[in-house]
Amino acid sequence: MIDPALPPHMRPDKSFQGLILALHAFWADKGCVVLQPYDMEVGAGTFHPATTLRALGPLPWKAAYVQPSRRPKDGRYGKNPNRLQHYYQYQVILKPSPANLQELYLGSLAAIGIDLNLHDVRFVEDDWESPTLGAWGLGWECWCDGMEVSQFTYFQQVAGVECSPVAGELTYGLERLAMYVQGVENVYDLNFNGREGDEKVTYGDVFLQAEEEYSRHNFEYADTDMLFEQFRMAESAASKYLEAGWNEDRSRHLMAQPAYDQCIKASHVFNLLDARGVISVTERQSYILRVRELAKACGAAWLKTAAGGTSAA
Amino acid sequence: MLGPQATSIPAGNARAGADSVSNRPMPDLLLELFSEEIPARMQAAAADALKKLVTDALVERGLVYEGAKAFVTPRRLALAVHGLPAQQPDVHEERKGPRVGAPDAAIQGFLKAAGLASLDQATIETDPKKGSFYVARIHKHGRTTPEVIAEIVPQIVRAFPWPKSMRWGKASVHPAALRWVRPLQSILCTFGPETEEPEVVRFAIDGLESGDTTRGHRFLSSGTIRVRRLEDWMAKLEAAFVVVDRERRKDIILNDAKDLALAQGLELVEDAGLLDEIAGLVEWPVVLMGSFEEDFLDVPDEVIRATIRANQKCFVLKNPATGRLANKFVLVSNLAASDGGKAIIAGNERVIRARLSDAKFFWETDQKTNATVPLAERLERFSNVTFHEKLGSQYERIQRIAALAETLAPLVGADPALTRQAALYAKSDLRTEVVGEFPEVQGLMGRYYARLEGLPEEIAAAAEEHYKPQGPTDYVPTAPVSVAVALADKIDTLTGFWAIDEKPTGSKDPYALRRAALGVVRLVLENGLVVKLAEFVEPDLLAFFADRLKVHLREQGARHDLVDAVFALLGQDDLLLVVKRVEALGRFLSSEDGRTLLAGTKRAANILRIEEKKDGVSYEGGVDLVLLHEPEERALGEAIAHLGEPIEAALSSEDFEAAMALIASLRGPVDAFFDKVTVNVEDPALRTNRLRLLADIRTITRAIADFDRIEG
Repeated sequence: MIDPALPPHMRPDKSFQGLILALHAFWADKGCVVLQPYDMEVGAGTFHPATTLRALGPLPWKAAYVQPSRRPKDGRYGKNPNRLQHYYQYQVILKPSPANLQELYLGSLAAIGIDLNLHDVRFVEDDWESPTLGAWGLGWECWCDGMEVSQFTYFQQVAGVECSPVAGELTYGLERLAMYVQGVENVYDLNFNGREGDEKVTYGDVFLQAEEEYSRHNFEYADTDMLFEQFRMAESAASKYLEAGWNEDRSRHLMAQPAYDQCIKASHVFNLLDARGVISVTERQSYILRVRELAKACGAAWLKTAAGGTSAA
Repeated sequence: MLGPQATSIPAGNARAGADSVSNRPMPDLLLELFSEEIPARMQAAAADALKKLVTDALVERGLVYEGAKAFVTPRRLALAVHGLPAQQPDVHEERKGPRVGAPDAAIQGFLKAAGLASLDQATIETDPKKGSFYVARIHKHGRTTPEVIAEIVPQIVRAFPWPKSMRWGKASVHPAALRWVRPLQSILCTFGPETEEPEVVRFAIDGLESGDTTRGHRFLSSGTIRVRRLEDWMAKLEAAFVVVDRERRKDIILNDAKDLALAQGLELVEDAGLLDEIAGLVEWPVVLMGSFEEDFLDVPDEVIRATIRANQKCFVLKNPATGRLANKFVLVSNLAASDGGKAIIAGNERVIRARLSDAKFFWETDQKTNATVPLAERLERFSNVTFHEKLGSQYERIQRIAALAETLAPLVGADPALTRQAALYAKSDLRTEVVGEFPEVQGLMGRYYARLEGLPEEIAAAAEEHYKPQGPTDYVPTAPVSVAVALADKIDTLTGFWAIDEKPTGSKDPYALRRAALGVVRLVLENGLVVKLAEFVEPDLLAFFADRLKVHLREQGARHDLVDAVFALLGQDDLLLVVKRVEALGRFLSSEDGRTLLAGTKRAANILRIEEKKDGVSYEGGVDLVLLHEPEERALGEAIAHLGEPIEAALSSEDFEAAMALIASLRGPVDAFFDKVTVNVEDPALRTNRLRLLADIRTITRAIADFDRIEG
């Protein structure tokens, strides 16, 4: 049920920002810390350290946040009504996964205006795997009337480490969900601020120009010499910080997060190079492997920090 | 819409409970494992596994049953076992021990093995031969069936053979935590005869305690439901909007879908795989119909179907008048919605419209590209697509296939230039947008695009048909251009992987090379092609073809020994001739002459094998006609001498029937020889000459086949 007290322009089915606010309100009410997006370019909400790193180790953790996600290859110069090279994911992580996680999820759909007596919501098998993060989990894609609106995953392994305990992860594709609840066919037609007439701001008003510019950049002009160099630099910096972060007897790590930032950086640079088509099929695999090695080392380091469950001696 | 319907439990292959003595009805077991959504593709196998594991474990513990049936829905895996005894039979066992006065170690061992505390519990028996010895009489009371169930179910659940399983929740900190396909939420387990209130079989797995409650449909029912036994479970769940029987869900979906189609004057395009999958996605199937804009019908039917099936798991419909798809689809929802399904249909229509827009966009983009970019340029785009790390790019592969197809063309009666062009075109659809999105329509799109480009029909056909046949029952193309390209495609794949030593081993055949070789075999045989494969492939690969041919002929009912007998001859690289020879040989051996001659030939070969081994020499060749004294040996010698040329002539004109008839004329002389003439005589010269005569029999029959390898 949508909060009846909301004025029309704040309703989740009337504005893109209203949808985000409704999800924030819902998950804040369930005890999550509501975080802001991570301030780096990432391919998906999972890369946020609040998910990747916090999924590791024994400590409980509940968080919700929006994460702008960049997939350079999905750019369509603003011409495709469904595909974007920059879009928003709403991410929820609950560790350990609560027994009623499915019910919580369905509750969040109701809160944004999906009436479960009218709409056919289904959990369809979708095993999730991120080769770059050395992570996998089992779960579903959640369908609403035949459309995938979320991914639902029980993490089994992250950064090459078995999750103990297992975290539950929910990822909502915000644009798609907004298009659904607003009844809009083209992403650029989404009402962003919930106002009408002169005051109305659409998703296209905010992002169409960016999609055009970045598509040009991603496919045609991104400086590949610089990107190759950046990949190497990020990789070597990550290794440097990882090495420097260990204490004397390697029982504690003091710099897991800065090292992980460089891992994220390498991953995004790789995605850009991939979009530019300068990485061959065989090389592709080895780049993915190099990022995974960094992610694994960062995961191992994280486990030796306070938030990773290692208390100070 | 749906009334409760009892599902009878078929009698399994288990024996009926023979131990029952009373007339009380035998108790039944009901077990339900309720979880979060089980992947559709795993459900049927899981139901079978549950039934087998539980019933096997029961029978192993002396609990035979009358029948069992497993049930599966997206959220539950269940089993009913009917007609179980209330407890295990008592066991009476007698165990003989050591003699009285035996060493202490023997006594202690006996007590331990028999489970006795001291010798007081054993009796002493006396045997006239062995004297006095100890005997333990052990009476084991059978445990009650619930006790046994409470022991076996947790074991089975913990070790359940899911293809992939997971941990979850707080318990997952323990490495030995319960794993299930998705979080397991509750377990129902009851046991009792139908006339009485059943008992709950109590056990706990990882803190999850068994009980007698379950839940109904996720949205159409609320709260828990208390269940006594199978009939009760089925009826209450049906009332709570769950059809527990998978087959019944399939029937409902299929029948309702057909009815909806019929009402519109349309025909459902049936799809068994899709039906199976959908039945695993819903507990309460509600079949609805939606439509899409007619404009989308410009897109080929196959692409529309692939779009709607793969992404949306919906059925498509056909207009029986035109045979083409209609602009309607059938969806199966899991909800009896309060608005009758309007919102669900509208939602699905939106998604399908978006998907078809994509497909139409791809289809139109491809046509534009084909119209503006020449084929040669399109093919160059394959230069940076790797076919295999060690086998170069797709571009190089396409060029190789084109060259080989051109060479093969005259052998299959195709025009070489046209064949070359067809081969170059055949793979071009792999870079199209439509095939990029829907790989399953590769080839077919090539056909569509070739037609739209106004290319000759042969090229269009070859684009689709060169992938065929894809297995032992798939369609084999007959159009010469298609055949040449199909052969070239497969032979190139095989020679390539052979060259880098990536041959199939055991059950591993990642590049489907067996299928490719069988494809060559079927293309050659079913088109009656004369192709000397040795000109195109190395000997080791030729042997691989021979193996595939053997398997193929065997599957068609040919005797494998005849196939072996023909392949034992040198230079058999013409598959068609091999098959003709095997057929002629089969007919010959089913005649009286054939059988008798085979016996005679084998007898000759046996004698030779023994004598050649003993003497350490070969008796091949050089019969001295002067030394042939006896009329029978002379007759045989002359018969063989006169047969050589005509048999060779018959074989070179590939007239195997004639060759067999000629060889059949040896039957009389061979029989008479063995009747009257002794081979191993004293006179060494005579003996040698007769052995040479036997060798001649072996040699002349080998013109036809290696008779030694024929059984019987």
